[in-house]
Order: sequence, then C-alpha cells, then structure tokens
Amino acid sequence: MNNPYLPVKAKILDIQKQTAIDYTFRLAAGLHVQSGQFVELSIPRVGEAPISVSDFGDGFIEMTIRRVGKLTNVVHELKPGEELFIRGPYGHGFPLEQFRGRHLVVAAGGTGLAPVKSVLNRYYHNPEEVKSLNLLAGFKSPADVLFAAELEKWAQKFSVTVTVDKGDENWTGNVGLITGYVQKLVLSNPAGTQVIVVGPPLMMKFTIREILGLGVPPENIWVSFERKMCCGLGKCGHCKIGDTYVCLDGPVFNYTRAGQLVD
Amino acid sequence: MGFALTTEQFDAFLAGLARDYDIYAPKRLAGKGAFSGTDLIAYAPVQSLAEIVFDRKTFYSPKEILLPISQTLFYFTEEAYREPQQQQRPVIIFLRPCDVHAVKRLDQIYLHNGDQADPYYRERREKVKFFVMECTEGFDSCFCVSMGTNRTGEYAVFLRLEADRVLCDARPEFTPALAAYGREAPFTPAFIEQNKISVKTPEKIAPAVYGHPLWSEYDSRCIACGRCNVCCPTCTCFTMQDIFYEDNPRCGERRRVWAGCMIDGFTDLAGGHSFRNKYGERMRFKALHKVYDFKKRFGDHMCVGCGRCDDVCPEYISFSRIINRLAEVSDDE
Ligand SMILES: Cc1cc2nc3c(=O)[nH]c(=O)nc-3n(C[C@H](O)[C@H](O)[C@H](O)COP(=O)(O)OP(=O)(O)OC[C@H]3O[C@@H](n4cnc5c(N)ncnc54)[C@H](O)[C@@H]3O)c2cc1C
Ligand code: SF4
Ligand code: SF4
Ligand code: FES
Repeated sequence: MNNPYLPVKAKILDIQKQTAIDYTFRLAAGLHVQSGQFVELSIPRVGEAPISVSDFGDGFIEMTIRRVGKLTNVVHELKPGEELFIRGPYGHGFPLEQFRGRHLVVAAGGTGLAPVKSVLNRYYHNPEEVKSLNLLAGFKSPADVLFAAELEKWAQKFSVTVTVDKGDENWTGNVGLITGYVQKLVLSNPAGTQVIVVGPPLMMKFTIREILGLGVPPENIWVSFERKMCCGLGKCGHCKIGDTYVCLDGPVFNYTRAGQLVD
Repeated sequence: MGFALTTEQFDAFLAGLARDYDIYAPKRLAGKGAFSGTDLIAYAPVQSLAEIVFDRKTFYSPKEILLPISQTLFYFTEEAYREPQQQQRPVIIFLRPCDVHAVKRLDQIYLHNGDQADPYYRERREKVKFFVMECTEGFDSCFCVSMGTNRTGEYAVFLRLEADRVLCDARPEFTPALAAYGREAPFTPAFIEQNKISVKTPEKIAPAVYGHPLWSEYDSRCIACGRCNVCCPTCTCFTMQDIFYEDNPRCGERRRVWAGCMIDGFTDLAGGHSFRNKYGERMRFKALHKVYDFKKRFGDHMCVGCGRCDDVCPEYISFSRIINRLAEVSDDE
C-alpha cells in the first residue's frame, strides 16, 4: 500500500556539536524541501518526532536536534555512518517569493534559529534577492548560542545582532532580551519590510508586539509554530488550533492568521 | 426493496452472512458495566438477533471497529520493518443513523484532511457495510434532530424490529440474500423527528467567547478523565507510540493509540511547554471543535448528537447544555 507513515532510512553523514545539548545532523536524503518545512524523524522501537529541516542541499538535509527526551536522547548517541529514519517533508515553509526585493528582518529566539537557517544561507549566497537583511538572534546564555560559525559568516554580508539574556565573564557581546533590540531597529520603510519571528511562544508574542509598534503591517509578519505532532498528516489531531492544523496549514503562518489562533 | 423476516429467518440470514462477513452489533456484556452488577452495552461479534441490543445505546461507539484503540502500524525486526497483514474480512456493523454520520466525520479526517489518506483506516473502511437500526423513540440524551443527523440513506440494510419479526429495506447487494430467507413486504424506513433534547449551535464565535467565564466552571467540575473522548463516535485523535519487546529488545512495533484533548499530556511539548492546562480551556477547545471549528473547515458539524458523552460523564456534565450555553453567549457577544 502507499503508506505515508512509512519512514525511509537516511545515513548520518556528519554531526556537529552546537552546544552541549544541540547537535546538527547531516543526513543523506534526496528530499525536495522548502525552507521552514519539517520531517518526522524516528528510530524504530524508540519513537518519532517532528524536526525542522535546518538546511538542505544536493543529496542532504540538516537537522539541529535538541536533546530533550526519549527519541532525541538516543539520536544524540548515534555516530556518522549510522542510520536514522525520516518521512516527509511536511507543512508549508516560508514564502520566499514574498521576500524578493524587500527588506527582511529575521528575529529568532533560541532553537527558533534552526527553521530559518536555510533562509539565511540562501540570502548569504544570493544577497541580491532581498533589498536588505537584518538578523536578530537571542539566546539564554553564551553556552546556548547556536550556529556560531554561521553567525560570523552571515555578519560579513548582512546585519547580524546576537544577544544573550545573561552573559558570563568571557562574553563581550550584547546582553538583554531580543525585544529590546527589536525596539531599536530603524526601518526605512516599515510597510515595505517583511519580518520572520520564530522562537518560544512568549518570545514570539512580545517580539511581534514590538514589530507592530515599528509600523510593520501584520500581513508582513511570518511566524513558525511548534505544537505537539504525532503524524504530520492532519490525522492525529494534536497540532490542531481552532480550524487550523499546524502540520498541514503551517508550521509557517502569516501573522494575520496566526494572530487569530487561540490554543 | 422491503422484506419481512421472522426471528428464525433473520437468524438464518445472519448465519448466511457470517460466511462472508464479520458481524458486529450492540451486545450486552454481563457485569462489565461502570457500576458493579451492571451490564455494558458495547460492540461485539454477534450470531443471532437475540444477542443484538435494540433498546439501549452502546457505551462505546462503533468507531473502534474502524479505528482500534491500539493499532500496530509497523513491526520492526533488527534489520527490517514490515506493515501488518490486513487480512480482515468484510464487516457488517449494526448501528444508528447518528453513528453513520459519525463515520462520515471519521472519513473527513482520515481520508480527506490533508492530501494523503490514511491507508490503515481506508483498508478497513472499504470493507464496512452499514445495517442501520431504526430509532423509534431515541434515548434521553439524544439530540440528532438538532444536529441534522437523524436521517441517513447510507445503508446496505435498514431494519425495524417488531415483536416477532424484522422489517428490512435492502440495497440491491443484499436483496438476494434477504429474498432467500424472508418474504417481500412493503417497508419504508422511518427516522426520528423529535428528541427530548434540542440544541442550538453557535453561528459566529466572537473573540470574547474564548475567555468567557462560562468555561471556568469546568476547571473544577471536569476531572479530565477523558471518558467523553473515548466514547465519542467522532473523536479521532491518536498518539504515536514505539515499543520494544521485553524478551527481545531488538524487535518491536510502532503503534498508534487513542488520545483525547481532555486528558493530561495532549499538548505537551519539550521544554515543559503545554497548552490548555485548565480543564475549562480543554472543554472550550473540545466544544468548539465539535460544533464550530470542524464545520468551518469541512462544512458539517463534527458532533452528531448521539449524547454518549452525557451518558458516560462521571461528573454529570451535559454537553448538550454546553452547546446551548455556548450559542447563548455567542449571541450576546
Ligand atoms: C514543526 C516542529 C519543528 C520542530 N523542530 C525541531 C528542531 O528543529 N529541533 C529540535 O530539537 N526539536 C524540534 N521540535 C521539537 C521536537 O519535536 C520535540 O522536542 C520532541 O518532543 C522530541 O522528542 P523526544 O522523544 O526526544 O522527546 P519526548 O520524550 O517526547 O519528550 C518531550 C518532553 O517530555 C518530557 N519528558 C520526556 N520523558 C518524560 C517523562 N518520563 N516524564 C515526564 N516528562 C518527560 C521531556 O522533558 C520533554 O520536555 C520541533 C517540533 C515541531 C512541532
Ligand atoms: S442520536 Fe439517538 S435517536 Fe438520534 S440517531 Fe442516534 S441513537 Fe437514534
Ligand atoms: S467525561 Fe466529564 S469529567 Fe471526564 S473529561 Fe469528559 S467532561 Fe470531563
Ligand atoms: S501532526 Fe497530526 S494532525 Fe497535525
């Protein structure tokens, strides 16, 4: 039978440790992915979970996986050459065509940087596709900073602001909540600026408030939602909010829709 | 086409069907009820008319025949995984008009939501024939008339039980079998046209309804036991579960098991996030799903008015009353 629950094997090509609990896995997979989509990742007998595709290219996908439970604990013990199981990709990604020729602001909190990493890399390689790009990335502490090498690389081509909620003796960068840095943004043309906001629920709520305060219209704001998901196919019901299924209709939503959703 | 069969003839008809079909109907399971000494009316295989309970509603709905409480999706061995063999025979289900509508709601989610149908559900669904049992008076908690689910034309055979005979209306597929055991007799199915309970569903939900004090009453009254979810013929949610075998940890299964939006853990995310921690919020979510959101997305209400949730709630919470209160506050807001 044509079974959408059937996962396929994908070999681990490389593992990069981002932080103590976040590893980026590069898997051999020929999926056709849009930035912002996710896959269902599994290990038979252990479990299955939705994970964003943080980057992709010819014959590979990357996922940045935080060790938090049953499946991810076991995933973190794997070595290159071993295999994981995936199915997907699922959901709607970021509407890159809407960003073309526009000013783009990306505000990412913590692991929220993962689903937008491929967007940032795309504009790193094709800077002419957007008018300007401004990344604001917030993390809890210096030890939680993800994609440190990429952040430096991106800073060569566009504006990158990294901040931590609380620094340490070695941290010389910005300290403070991301919302404070959003407040300080100077937008030459708010109505012509597109904004992506991804992160934990509270971070998204307050960041969006600041963005709206800068005069950006709600229809220019894009968010990505994380909800419990057991299928990715519109069947299990866990991801439902109102008449919306996050796995099918999201996880990326325009704020005009996302702002109406009440869990 | 109409037929009349005596009890003996009907039993012979059933015995004939049993060669090709598994036959499920409401059955009295002695001593299995919620209280000691009471019987549970539930779906079970039947062989004779006498076993089929016509005068009570089942506690659980027929959905468990299409959607098992726990269903294996894959078996894993060390190196391979395989799908379970679906060697199930065609199935006949004796059910009420509202239950037929409920299966249409399951179809909506499992076959039509998203662009991929669920193959496990489809496999079973394609093998099911409905034998609809006529409702003459209905039951105390029923409100199918308000939900528009009191009538259905979607049956293979429609039955009316009389004192010493059964009247049937059959689709062509089953007329030869009925003709073999009974005699032709004019019979037009009747449907219930009035329930003791009626509900008004909300037309439009204003944002204020989400935070309305109506819901907070259930923060303490509801105990989140989830019985209303498991007995509901239209609740479709499941959780994925992988297991390994104790005696051979290298082998195991991926299963899906029923889940319910009233039960703890339904929305839990890594990092300790969760949504709808208050039971009243879960009640709001469930109520809107059943009589607002589903319709917005698919065109029909999910709730079919079978009233089972009212029958099973240990806290005597009445869902039909919730629907009416919801409609009232929606009109006000
Ligand atoms: C669209 C989407 C994209 C996502 N993208 C990513 C991503 O890119 N990277 C990423 O790392 N995650 C991502 N996630 C989140 C990821 O799916 C979850 O973290 C997932 O739960 C991990 O599965 P697990 O089996 O390891 O954790 P689980 O075992 O399911 O644990 C989940 C939570 O339950 C708790 N828990 C576990 N066991 C117990 C127990 N015995 N008792 C009490 N509590 C317990 C854990 O503390 C944890 O908070 C995404 C989710 C969605 C919906
Ligand atoms: S709600 Fe009651 S009366 Fe209506 S079809 Fe169902 S069982 Fe019969
Ligand atoms: S059956 Fe009653 S108490 Fe139990 S979850 Fe449903 S409404 Fe709450
Ligand atoms: S993840 Fe199962 S319905 Fe969305």
